[in-house]
Amino acid sequence: MQWETVIGLEIHVQLATQSKIFSGSSTAFGAEPNTQASVIDLGFPGVLPVLNEEAVRMAVKFGLAIDANIDEKSVFARKNYFYPDLPKGYQISQFELPIVGKGYIEITLEDGSTRVIGVTRAHLEEDAGKSLHEDFHGMTGIDLNRTGTPLLEIVSEPDLRSAKEAIAYLKQIHSLIRYLGISDGNMAEGSMRCDANVSMRPKGQKEFGTRAEIKNVNSFRFVEKAINFEVERQIDLLEAGGKVVQETRLYDSTKDETRSMRSKEEANDYRYFPDPDLLPVVLDPAYIQSVRDSLPELPHQKRHRFVEQFNLSAYDADLLSTERETAEYFETVATAAGDAKLAANWVNGELAGALNRDNLELAQSPVSAEQLVQLLKRIQDDTISGKIAKTVFEAMWNGEGDADQIIETKGLKQVSDSGAIEALVDEVITNSPSQVENYRNADDAKRPKMLGYFVGQVMKASKGQANPKQVNQILLRKLNS
Amino acid sequence: MTIERTDVQNAAHLARIAIDENSIDEFTQDLANILALVDQMQAVNTDNIEPMAHPTDAVQRLRPDQVTEVNQREHFQALAPATENGLYLVPKVIE
Amino acid sequence: MHNKTIAELSQGLSAGEYSSTELTQDFLRRISTLDKKYNSFITLTPEQALAAAELADQSRAAGNAGAFAGIPMAHKDIFCTNGIKTTCASKILDNFIAPYDATVVEKFKLAGAVCLGKTNMDEFAMGSSNETSFYGPVRNPWDTDCVPGGSSGGSAAAVAARLAPGATATDTGGSIRQPAALCGVTGLKPTYGRVSRWGMIAFASSLDQAGPIAQTAEDCAMMLNVMAGFDVKDSTSIDRAVPDYSQDLNNSLEGLRIGLPKEFFTDGLDPAIAQCLQAAVREYEKLGATVTEISLPHSDLSVPVYYVIAPAECSSNLSRFDAVRYGYRCDDPQDLEDLYKRSRGEGFGREVKRRILVGTYALSEGYFDAYYLKAQKLRRLIKEDFVKAYDEVDVIMGPTSPSTTFKLGEKTTDPVSMYLADIFTISTNLAGLPGMSVPCGFVDNKPVGLHVIGNYFDEARLLNVAHRYQQVTDWHQQTPEGI
Repeated sequence: MQWETVIGLEIHVQLATQSKIFSGSSTAFGAEPNTQASVIDLGFPGVLPVLNEEAVRMAVKFGLAIDANIDEKSVFARKNYFYPDLPKGYQISQFELPIVGKGYIEITLEDGSTRVIGVTRAHLEEDAGKSLHEDFHGMTGIDLNRTGTPLLEIVSEPDLRSAKEAIAYLKQIHSLIRYLGISDGNMAEGSMRCDANVSMRPKGQKEFGTRAEIKNVNSFRFVEKAINFEVERQIDLLEAGGKVVQETRLYDSTKDETRSMRSKEEANDYRYFPDPDLLPVVLDPAYIQSVRDSLPELPHQKRHRFVEQFNLSAYDADLLSTERETAEYFETVATAAGDAKLAANWVNGELAGALNRDNLELAQSPVSAEQLVQLLKRIQDDTISGKIAKTVFEAMWNGEGDADQIIETKGLKQVSDSGAIEALVDEVITNSPSQVENYRNADDAKRPKMLGYFVGQVMKASKGQANPKQVNQILLRKLNS
Repeated sequence: MTIERTDVQNAAHLARIAIDENSIDEFTQDLANILALVDQMQAVNTDNIEPMAHPTDAVQRLRPDQVTEVNQREHFQALAPATENGLYLVPKVIE
Repeated sequence: MHNKTIAELSQGLSAGEYSSTELTQDFLRRISTLDKKYNSFITLTPEQALAAAELADQSRAAGNAGAFAGIPMAHKDIFCTNGIKTTCASKILDNFIAPYDATVVEKFKLAGAVCLGKTNMDEFAMGSSNETSFYGPVRNPWDTDCVPGGSSGGSAAAVAARLAPGATATDTGGSIRQPAALCGVTGLKPTYGRVSRWGMIAFASSLDQAGPIAQTAEDCAMMLNVMAGFDVKDSTSIDRAVPDYSQDLNNSLEGLRIGLPKEFFTDGLDPAIAQCLQAAVREYEKLGATVTEISLPHSDLSVPVYYVIAPAECSSNLSRFDAVRYGYRCDDPQDLEDLYKRSRGEGFGREVKRRILVGTYALSEGYFDAYYLKAQKLRRLIKEDFVKAYDEVDVIMGPTSPSTTFKLGEKTTDPVSMYLADIFTISTNLAGLPGMSVPCGFVDNKPVGLHVIGNYFDEARLLNVAHRYQQVTDWHQQTPEGI
């Protein structure tokens, strides 16, 4: 049978506020245990929550960025359950009236095609603390520093049809929250966490199959692996005549598998009800407009503009617009160099490769946009070839100076002196009698391919510095005569 | 609505309250009496009436995003039944 | 000295007739000799009290003392007091030293008040007789075989026995007014949001409100002047100017429109209590008020609605007592589940458990709409009854309690009969309105309270109405035998 994968993601994003959502404690990551837990975070008797305005603003920003409904009124509710990292015995969340209603996100796949994925809702809530399971004489240690950190939970529609789409969606959210400056999206530190609902249905069937929820997968790669594992598992199960059970599963990255969480079959009854300590949040249209006015150009907007304005492929445009810094870097280079395609190739190619290799963020790049522009100009004015440019770029990356200095000190200037090139060409022709004969006996269709050998030899002899265009021209003239 | 022993046991589990076997019947009876009182509500038609969660019509005030709290861990943890290395200790949590 | 009101003590301190230290010593002495009989205090704080008294005496001497400086008083043990045991009369908080002050406590400190100690109460304010306290019941100074009412029974009894001239209290369904009535003292529950709830251990957050208990309306005004006000730490507190509640106490009642809800004066009301109320209403007519019968058609639903909303909120509010960060932890827990269940099972008393179970049940899947949502809708109808009534009248009057004080143990076996003790007070909490109980007579030497309900933020008028009555009656000046 042909199966269709149906995936919905619930993404928890920690909002980059200074203080917690309901208290004045710091949200900084990595502090000593329980040093950022006030009476409010610890759920002491008699304490009360007061809502952080920045958390609200960030949620609204996100909502506007995905064209979502922002209702005038939203309400906080209590989700009741006992867990040691949940000090009050309830989590303040939103249930019936979330701050962000229905919206959508456009994703770009590797083949350049785009899809629109629905976002059901996004709501504000407080994060829980952490349980540390290292052995404290058979006890578990509880650190409540993270308690009360504002979270935006973004719930997608079950619109995703493969792990690849899920990753594209996740990356798009990641890109968006960073553009908006509402989160650093750091998955390793838990600033962005993902639960995936996965189900299968026979292709063509309308009804959804039973879903399993995979909890808390903490990297893009693991999300993809966990979903792929889960899809395989469910197909195997269904094809063997079995049934998928609705359950929560944990992804174990060391074994690359998901497994059922040992849950006492008590079907969580969270007893949601409006939090009587908090009043309805009412946002007036002027406020929403002021947030809308503050929005930057968003990734999908940039992507479309890059395609239109710079004539880039959808794929290149997507790569360049994912990170705000990359997009800005690219635009600086493209504008100054006057050749967007060249700029795109360099930013997506050499630059991205070097950053990736050395595990650096763009902000840490040793080669600035202005420096890259100078290098590209030297390609454009034929001072160096594209190939030599890569050597120069490496030297720039290693801090040996800017493009002109390196070209000068290393003597990498392209040889455009036709006399010197002619001498080299003659030398190669003399030293390759059999190849020359073959070439001359070959028909026109085969000749261009065979020419490559001679070009290579001449370039080698020139230590790469000969102007390849001229080499081509002279070779053709001499060989064809 | 009638209330059974199992309802009381289920509520006691959700509320994480140990109730010894002998008291379950008493609690069941108490709850049945209370719910009989409460069930007077059902006589009134409340269609199209908006639920009221707060006595006032005020709306939520927002707090500026400022760190105002300082570390008082030792002070707070002096009150805790069990701590170690700044962590609160509980019996092993099995996931 | 102990029979003096706060207003009188304040004048005496100003006039230098006695020092705050002397006053404090006097009250502490009284408590140590008399409170064995009443059990109105859980914790005494003599050292802190004397230190505060000394400071107050110094500021009096320096001429920069406010009206409340040096006045001894007591806090209900529901308010967090920094460095002082704060128990909510529960075993689960028996070892809890609050690490911070409630806003109400802080305000009294700033006003220079001297806190003598923490008063007894029903466990987590759940009760109408003060019999659910882990620290034992409080006894009514008018008859020590009888209850003081609850949940603020300790505060009311302490004032009635003249162990403190005033005490803070809280009211979720009548917990200030009913004990005030049963102990023959004056108590005021302000409008919801008038007094900060920060540091006041929550029972039912949308109903809880703090207020004063004292001998007179005049003293209640002085206490409310200290307590009332907006608090940035409480999202439900209202940002609205606080009048000087002492200022309008003597306003004329000429033309005051009093409404008597026919639902409060049914055949079911004890005729002896009804007589006291009628006499009180006649006094008001003599003072120039007009009386009309009004209707609060949904008032019979207030007890059922309350016993869904209050338990629902409390079931969630009390989840934080989980033996992890503070409070009672059971011996030798086998696992996490055992830790939770036994700590809470052993730490909470029976009435608290009952209400947590009711609330948990009412919020659980399949019952939410029939109970919680239904109750919230009816709550609106109850509120609208009042809103409509205040188009026609200025204050509403009725009995505070359907009976005078009753014997200890009389109602403990039947929770529903206990719940009906608040039948006249609960609707004001549901609506969020201010209400007062004013002594208005005796039946068999047991005090009767007149319940006066005001419009939103109309505390000044309530206090005026009560004060003028107390100018022409002396019910509030009566003391139990031997006091």
